Amino acid sequence: MKAILGIIISALLSENFILVKFYGICPFMGVSKKIDTALGMGMAVTFVMALASAACYAINLVLVALNLTYMQTVVFILAIASIVQVVEMFLKKAVPALYKALGVFLPLITTNCAVLGVVLVNVQEGYNFLFSVVNGAAGGLGFTLAIVLFASIRERVNKTDCPECFKGFPIALISAGLLALAFMGFSGLSIF
Amino acid sequence: MEILIAVAILGGLGLIFGLVLAAASKVFYVETDPRLEKLNECLPGANCGGCGYAGCGGYAEAVLNGEAEIGKCASGGNECAQAMAAIMGVKAEAVTRKVALVRCSGEKIYDKDGNLTKGAKIKANYEGFKDCMAASKVGGNGPLSCKFGCLGYGSCTKACKYGAIQVVNGVARVDEDLCVGCMACAAVCPRQLIVPVEPNRNVVIACASLAKGAVTTRGCTTGCIGCGLCKKICPQGAITVEQNLARIDYTKCDNCGLCATVCPKKLIKDSKVETLGDPVVQSRNGPAI
Repeated sequence: MKAILGIIISALLSENFILVKFYGICPFMGVSKKIDTALGMGMAVTFVMALASAACYAINLVLVALNLTYMQTVVFILAIASIVQVVEMFLKKAVPALYKALGVFLPLITTNCAVLGVVLVNVQEGYNFLFSVVNGAAGGLGFTLAIVLFASIRERVNKTDCPECFKGFPIALISAGLLALAFMGFSGLSIF
Repeated sequence: MEILIAVAILGGLGLIFGLVLAAASKVFYVETDPRLEKLNECLPGANCGGCGYAGCGGYAEAVLNGEAEIGKCASGGNECAQAMAAIMGVKAEAVTRKVALVRCSGEKIYDKDGNLTKGAKIKANYEGFKDCMAASKVGGNGPLSCKFGCLGYGSCTKACKYGAIQVVNGVARVDEDLCVGCMACAAVCPRQLIVPVEPNRNVVIACASLAKGAVTTRGCTTGCIGCGLCKKICPQGAITVEQNLARIDYTKCDNCGLCATVCPKKLIKDSKVETLGDPVVQSRNGPAI
């Protein structure tokens, strides 16, 4: 139980995939203009990460048994791509508004390094099935936390009278840097 | 042997995922109207927003849902409207091409001593942000003496996706060959000077001043003073003067060009004689642009 809590805390804060490990920066910059879409993106990534962790755990067992661990990366990408496709079809059917809002960033989850990152971390750390799924879900929630925080900052910054030369992406990048700096405060955090 | 296992594993996984995806695409199948794709193909894909929708895709969807009329795409013109009408199974009226016209003749021409010989006077040097909206908000109706005239800071130039508007001698001018009539420029003009007209329309009234004649004359040498000479000479009765400004009713106008010959301020442009926006003489360094 303690170990699970430790994994959740570290995936959410001290080892946050975006702000500490700098994975998945592309959607972090791309879909963070509005809190609503950022939340939707975070949820989609969380779902994909948890599902990918579960699927890849099973696949990894087969690979290890057959002594084919060098195939991990390519096989994991295959699995992630398929899962993203399913999620995309599901969203198109069930939540068309979110599907539209996410636009091109939805298929881009396929190449989101946060997803591949969490799967590879699971393998490296030798997590069992439960730990893998928890790490995936918590990593996704960490992603959601970061992107929603960042989107709310950007929404406010957009309303301010910002110098012309900083408008748009420059100020967004600076805000992202400051947010990452703030998250550095969690480094070394361990409750247990 | 090992490589065969590797290939088999990867291939097998691919097959499994493929089957899952095939099943999912059946389960989560969303029916889309095949006409939507065809409508999208008709539109130019420039996403200029002239129709009032977010890009060509948005307009196609609105047409499909019956929310928008056919023929709003100025860029696609008549051809596009007829093609869309054919897809939707309705008849579209012929769409005539329109281009933007900047209703101002206040090009500032200076002699070699820097004195204004023709055009709108500058009453104050504006040192702010180079944007028409910003300049027009300055106290006293902006830096120009004429409170209706083109400020010449090029907001329309920036708004034009086709590079069809340039500021010449302090007044925006439209290149009719490049203009597609999306009227994105009209939306950003704080003085609402830009209107759609048929291209190569021989006579246009290139002024928007509603001020009384004396006031207009004080601010600009080429402003409409509402004298009504054009109205008197027009054989078709197409010209009216309202609020000190001459207006042409193009349903009556037959392009004879008589009005242009009598206008004392030379602001009725006749394209048979002169082209709007020919770069003229030199301009002083300081004001507007």
